[in-house]
Amino acid sequence: MKPIKVLLAKPGLDGHDQGAKIVARALMDAGFEVIYTGLRQTPEAVARMSLDEDVDVIALSSMAGSHVHFCKKLKPLLEAGGLTDKLWLIGGCLPQQDHAALRDLGFKGIFPTGSRLDAIVDYIRQNARTV
Amino acid sequence: MNERAKPELKAVVNESGIEVNPLYTEEDVQKSGGYDMVGLPGEYPFTRGIHRLMYRKQPWTMRQYAGFGNPAETNQRFKYLIANGQTGLNVAFDLPTQIGLDSDDPLAEGEIGRVGMSVDTLRDFEVAFDGIDLTKITVSLTVNGAAAILIAMYLAMAEKRGYDLAQLRGTAQNDILKEFIGRGTWVYPVQPSIKLVGDTIEYCAEHAPRYSPVSVCGYHIRESGATPAQEMAYAFCIAKAYADEVLQRGLSIDEFAGRLSYNFNIFGNIFEQVCKFRAGRSLWAKIMKEEYGAEKPGSMWLRMIAGGGGGGLTFEQPEMNIVRGAYYALISALSGAQTMALCSYDEAYTIPTEYSARISLRTMQILIEEMGLTETADPLAGSYYVETMTNQMRDKIAQIMAETDAEGGIVKLISEGIIQARVSAQAYRMQRDIESGRFPKVGVNRYRNEREEDHPVEFHSYKEEDARVQIERLKQVRAERDQATVDHALTRVRCDAEAGANLMPAIVEAVKAYASVGEITHEMVKVYGRYKEPIRF
Repeated sequence: MKPIKVLLAKPGLDGHDQGAKIVARALMDAGFEVIYTGLRQTPEAVARMSLDEDVDVIALSSMAGSHVHFCKKLKPLLEAGGLTDKLWLIGGCLPQQDHAALRDLGFKGIFPTGSRLDAIVDYIRQNARTV
Repeated sequence: MNERAKPELKAVVNESGIEVNPLYTEEDVQKSGGYDMVGLPGEYPFTRGIHRLMYRKQPWTMRQYAGFGNPAETNQRFKYLIANGQTGLNVAFDLPTQIGLDSDDPLAEGEIGRVGMSVDTLRDFEVAFDGIDLTKITVSLTVNGAAAILIAMYLAMAEKRGYDLAQLRGTAQNDILKEFIGRGTWVYPVQPSIKLVGDTIEYCAEHAPRYSPVSVCGYHIRESGATPAQEMAYAFCIAKAYADEVLQRGLSIDEFAGRLSYNFNIFGNIFEQVCKFRAGRSLWAKIMKEEYGAEKPGSMWLRMIAGGGGGGLTFEQPEMNIVRGAYYALISALSGAQTMALCSYDEAYTIPTEYSARISLRTMQILIEEMGLTETADPLAGSYYVETMTNQMRDKIAQIMAETDAEGGIVKLISEGIIQARVSAQAYRMQRDIESGRFPKVGVNRYRNEREEDHPVEFHSYKEEDARVQIERLKQVRAERDQATVDHALTRVRCDAEAGANLMPAIVEAVKAYASVGEITHEMVKVYGRYKEPIRF
């Protein structure tokens, strides 16, 4: 079976990529295929790459507070692209009070600062391709 | 030395890769190079501090990073901090401002005023610094990609308020090379970015000679995964790249080196940190004197802001970050920093509240008022351990610099993404070590609370309304300004960029005409293009 394919994106203008790059390495070590987008991705770019690359997982890393705003814009684009059967997840500086909103927007996996790398890997392994 | 030979003792190696002994004696100092580089405070090679009396004459400047929402709100926070005894300002800008986008740019939506204050035109600076005496409070602008524009804006604002630019002090971060490694607020490709840093240094040397146009940041390189020794080595390599850029324009080193400053990070082993600074100070002095032929002592000074870094703080049990912050401040004081700032305890969650910013400020004030830290310069000097480790850290930093040069130099390594990949690989290993418990972190892999519930009681909240206010203000400025003057100034920015001239005079003219950050950036992008990030693992 082909390895699980993950798009790992840095949404918006946030330039803090240390966490995203750490997660990218952890996912690669776990045997997943990872496409790391680099900084400053628009919702349109994330949706397009997810479609073009035919990924199983769409993961965002957000540290600068605009996560809910971004996900609101991304959701309809992912839906329009027929990507609702993919696993959507988000990590970063995500205050507790925003988790319900993110979940409602379809981001089932929420990994705030302090999450363990193995927890992210395990979550993807258990939930990708099953949505 | 006998202690170390005990077979049951496991070797301890610090983050920079230097083995730490269970005991140090005179013999260790001698073996590591002796006392030749120790000297006296205020004297070459400045290991013990850049001033003779250090904090006895003047304690460090307290400069908490602050800014959010629109300039009026930020002005209130500034005044609050000053009223509480803060002695300098360190301005946080929002992301659109930092990367040269106006508030009404579609890409700025949702990001306006979120992580800092929003600035579009000179009008915003007039509001933000209203009522603040710029001779008493020095202002540091934390901006890089858009630094040339915001420096121009600051100078124009000060001039408009009647300050003499020849006397105006202040700092801009303006260290774009480290933005390519971490922090990520770049705009233009590497070469024009370096050129712009050179433009600001050259311009300030002539027009605002007491202004510090660059603060070279080891800080964010460390946050991205560098060891303490790498933090300092890469920062020095970057500072040299800027110095070389300015020298080729015909300025002498003593005409500008005295206004270069540094920004370093503090977390981790106390002694490794203190020795990093003592070592760095003497190594930088030696580089300036021997490699660059600097003659003025000020050109050899490692002037620095050194504060508690976010990298050491934890999401878990956030109140413990108050304790960590106090230790980091202690390290900074023992290291002879000129300026201090502390990440606040709630920053793993959001930007600081008034309350958490005040705790950081009080932490520094307690050190100044109650702990005796300002009475004696470089109090750790002469310790066998500290002098040995200082010598070893100096060798280590110099070794990393030599290796960097041998690999083709810092500019090439950053352009190709090699430094980024290196520090990121280290950050990954560190994260694995923290998660496995190999690297101890209280509250994370030791002494965890059974149920994580100790979250800060109050968070800074973001107000959508701020963005609307900001966009309205921009519209109003655009309606009121003289558009012909703006157009003329913007054309000059583009033409000067095409001609390869120093861009600062044209940018100053443009900001004075109330051209916006986004409009000026747009002209520059036409000529320089945009940076494309090398993705390398």
